Amino acid sequence: MTRPLLIRGGRVIDPSRGFDDAADVLLVGGRVEAVGTALGAPDGADTLDAAGKVVCPGLVDVHVHLREPGGERKETIATGSLAAAAGGFTTICAMPNTDPPIDDPAAVGFVSAAGARAGHARVFPLGAVSVGLAGERLAPVGEMVEAGAVGITDDGHPVYDAGLMRLALEYGRSFDIPVASHCEVRSLSRGGSMNEGVVSTRLGLTGMPNAAEDVMIARDLFLAELTGGRVHIQHVTTKRGTELIRDAKARGVTVTAEGTPHHFSLTDEAVEGYQTHAKVNPPLRSEQDRRAVLAAVADGTLDCIATDHAPHHYDEKEQAFDDAPFGLIGLETALGVSLSRLVVDQHLSLPDLIHRMSTGPARAFGLNAGTLALGAPADVTVIDTAASWTVDARTFRSRSRNTPFDGWTLTGRAVATIVGGAVVHAMDGAE
Amino acid sequence: MPTFLGKDLIGLEHLSAEQILAILDTAETFKEISERPIKKVPVLRGKTIVNLFFEPSTRTRISFEFAEKRLSADTVNVAATGSSVAKGETLVDTARNLEAMRIDMVVIRHSASGAARFLAERIPSNVVNAGDGRHEHPTQALLDLLTIRDHRGRIDGLKVCIVGDVLHSRVARSNIWGLLRLGAEVAVCGPATLMPAAVETLGVRFFRRIEEAIEWADVLNVLRLQLERMQAGYVPSLREYNRFFGVSNDRLAAASDDILVLHPGPMNRGVEIDSDVADGPHSVILDQVTNGVAVRMAVLYLLAGGAPEAAEAAKGGGR
Repeated sequence: MTRPLLIRGGRVIDPSRGFDDAADVLLVGGRVEAVGTALGAPDGADTLDAAGKVVCPGLVDVHVHLREPGGERKETIATGSLAAAAGGFTTICAMPNTDPPIDDPAAVGFVSAAGARAGHARVFPLGAVSVGLAGERLAPVGEMVEAGAVGITDDGHPVYDAGLMRLALEYGRSFDIPVASHCEVRSLSRGGSMNEGVVSTRLGLTGMPNAAEDVMIARDLFLAELTGGRVHIQHVTTKRGTELIRDAKARGVTVTAEGTPHHFSLTDEAVEGYQTHAKVNPPLRSEQDRRAVLAAVADGTLDCIATDHAPHHYDEKEQAFDDAPFGLIGLETALGVSLSRLVVDQHLSLPDLIHRMSTGPARAFGLNAGTLALGAPADVTVIDTAASWTVDARTFRSRSRNTPFDGWTLTGRAVATIVGGAVVHAMDGAE
Repeated sequence: MPTFLGKDLIGLEHLSAEQILAILDTAETFKEISERPIKKVPVLRGKTIVNLFFEPSTRTRISFEFAEKRLSADTVNVAATGSSVAKGETLVDTARNLEAMRIDMVVIRHSASGAARFLAERIPSNVVNAGDGRHEHPTQALLDLLTIRDHRGRIDGLKVCIVGDVLHSRVARSNIWGLLRLGAEVAVCGPATLMPAAVETLGVRFFRRIEEAIEWADVLNVLRLQLERMQAGYVPSLREYNRFFGVSNDRLAAASDDILVLHPGPMNRGVEIDSDVADGPHSVILDQVTNGVAVRMAVLYLLAGGAPEAAEAAKGGGR
């Protein structure tokens, strides 16, 4: 049993309760025991001095690729969750597009168990929408939920068949889970390796137009409206996409959505020089789109910041641009990039940022997380919002290094990550 | 070793007008070698060059090979089929192996945009891009520029229209950069399905109708319509393409009398260009082929450290 832990003297921000004040947080028995001033430490308790730091509910990332089973040289459930802890995340949702895919209860149980065994962060699997991610017939959604799945998605294999998507949304209602959707009409983006625009024209790379994303966002919003199901739009990258979601929310459609740190901090110019670390799907888009995503995170149209952490082995990215796989990693840079680009640059208040990275994603997926309410799981992140640090991918806990942020100087990072009352990550001097 | 052109020739986008003109001037100097009974000078004697063709090409590879041999380089041709590439070796492994063999220059053709640059950044040898994906094909554009200059005496102020599949064309991009850098006005013409999304941001006009393009232009550079584009649905049929975008003698009647027609070859006669145009008085297509060897000699010479002004002297004997 973990010893009680008293986190002393921090600025406690709990967006789930609108709490923002100097306070202590006492964690006992894996639960939040008390939040208040001048709390006494119980016998045998450890203490963590959080003076000058921010103490908040543990960060939640609803879009992570852990590559296990099948892609263990890129990442494992253990290394991915260790990277999560290092980045301040206490809860991560694992995408099902592994090899074999997570499309039955046994596979869901495998991911949950491996996450629990590693013990670095809570790992919640998403199950596949369709058997084998083939887009043909529904996977055993109920059984997967029973085994621990918190949502369903075919992720990088968008559900093309609108009828199947309708069934998924309707059937998902029975279990009150969201259907997460990677919105991409492949017949519009086929062969593309980056955003369609000025840069792709100059570099001679095939572009993926905004419309490839917008058309499917529109479809999924209509289907959510039709069925009353919960749709979660993943990694929104276009101006029009943010507008569609904003309009749908205003109409009362049950939709949540996420924006990624790379899409609100980089444009397709990052691809210049055929930089494969900036090759990601959906692609980095124009400055106008980047600003729209940033504004949508700021106004809450995008409820969550998610990383779409997509590890790839170095030799896979060390190829000609067209031949390199899509994806970049983000667990260890997400907080720093988000703090720097959103809070330091004054687009978003610190409590709102924590909402987008903790309470918002937890609510979107119905997770028992994202709050410091009494009795809640003792998942806490301690953040030094003033820390200036330079990203050095060589020091990552992730098994992969494919980040476009290597060498960036960022402001703010997690100095301690606590899961179930146990410190799973601590920077030097944090304890 | 930094040379007048830098270490590599990846494209024309980042070359200065002075560098482009120096290549053309040097090529003029080297043209004469191909007219000699013994077509060989010792400019690159002792240099080893690998022609690394990951994509099938006949005329570009042969043109480079002639250029290399006429400069007395030792050459090796590597085709993707039959090489370790077919066995799954990656481009970076190929690069490392080349580096280990201490070769001096690599001429690379690859289906991926950026592949030439990728290689150039990883090996100390000089790299010449012989076409990468749909990005650039600089020596083709240089020979086009040389051919135009030969016939019109200048590039500056000319109106040049590139006709056809600009979307998939590396030739078009290199031509656009080179022509703009030397002061030409540039336009493109073709079906909108075969134009890049933001083609006008390259600094060119876009004619939707071939008749307008022909009326406007001093020079037409007609691109090959690759037949797989039709199968992929970019154009409904070859017949329709010819009817709306083909360059025919009838259409040329509206052109200025001294309009030049270029084509990088190989041609689809009766599709993008009619035979009576290809073989007619406006066509300079075979001059392009001749100039190709001279341009490639000039590029190899300059990358090997030759100075533009010393080209004449460097040619030496062999007559």
